[in-house]
Amino acid sequence: MKAKAGGKEGRPEGMSGGAGMGKPGGRIGTGMKFLLVSCLVYVVAYVASPELALSAISVFLRMVVNILPALALVLGMMFAVNLLLEPGKIARYLGRESGAKGWLIAIGGGILSAGPIYAWYPMLAELRKHGMKDSLIAAFLYNRAVKIPLIPIMVYYFGWIFTAILTIYMLAFSVINGFIVGFKRGERNDNSG
Amino acid sequence: MDSKKDSGQGGAEGRGTRQGPVKSMRKTLNAFSQMIPIIIGVLLLISLATAAVPKEFYSSVFTGNEILDSLIGAVFGSLAAGNPVTSYVIGGELLLRGISLVAIAAFILAWVTVGVVQFPAESMILGRGFAFKRNLVSFLMSIVIACLVVFSLGVLG
Repeated sequence: MKAKAGGKEGRPEGMSGGAGMGKPGGRIGTGMKFLLVSCLVYVVAYVASPELALSAISVFLRMVVNILPALALVLGMMFAVNLLLEPGKIARYLGRESGAKGWLIAIGGGILSAGPIYAWYPMLAELRKHGMKDSLIAAFLYNRAVKIPLIPIMVYYFGWIFTAILTIYMLAFSVINGFIVGFKRGERNDNSG
Repeated sequence: MDSKKDSGQGGAEGRGTRQGPVKSMRKTLNAFSQMIPIIIGVLLLISLATAAVPKEFYSSVFTGNEILDSLIGAVFGSLAAGNPVTSYVIGGELLLRGISLVAIAAFILAWVTVGVVQFPAESMILGRGFAFKRNLVSFLMSIVIACLVVFSLGVLG
């Protein structure tokens, strides 16, 4: 059966096993199916426009090289989470009772995390399994938009007032975003701060 | 069924203490290896989208109507993928071509907070419900924040 997301019938939503590589018994997981579909899209693109497909492959190879350090960092952090942090501790800092401390960790973590957003999904899934709230995952992901090293570039194009105002709004709305996503996900009693 | 319960948050306390290095590494590699095909798939799609859509394309989609343009900016920012710097560069070019700041702000915000191309990966790893709600809320917020930014700039002179 497909590793269906949605959390119905008591099954974990998102990836909790069997969705990536082939499942035991030789069945292809959802992740592999997705990869095969992506490859199929390239075959279609190549038939339609070989130049476009080759150009895309060249972009892909550059991206793979760029993403490797971030993936290595995420792999190391996932290992550290599994090795050093007890589930109860993660739940205390990022779970139901984390309060303002949890929000600060999620916001700070989102701002400081490097590399593309999708590189961080595996670690967030791991932290969620250990007790991290969905509202804090949403806040973390939203704050990935606040990139301190890129601020000078934004200032160059749009000026420092625009950059400052936009950054302040993004920080504030990351909390609102987390609250709304958390509320919609059923964290009604957990966001009192 | 509540997703929180589904995703194992409730059972964290009762799951015991730390694991040994070998078990931790095995668990990490197992979890990580499941994500690799999804990440490669998303990279392939982003690469194709990046190669297929030239930067000049974006300036041709705006209408001159500020309200409509903020929506168009948010839609195209959501569909686009890549490094945030690219969105700044495109935003800078759009500004030079007279596109409204509210549209550009919505475009940049949606680019960095909403991910249509990454949606399959987010959906498979973090759950479809979570990914859908997070992206929808982020999309709407990109328009709200863009309006607030421009309003605040107006107030500050």
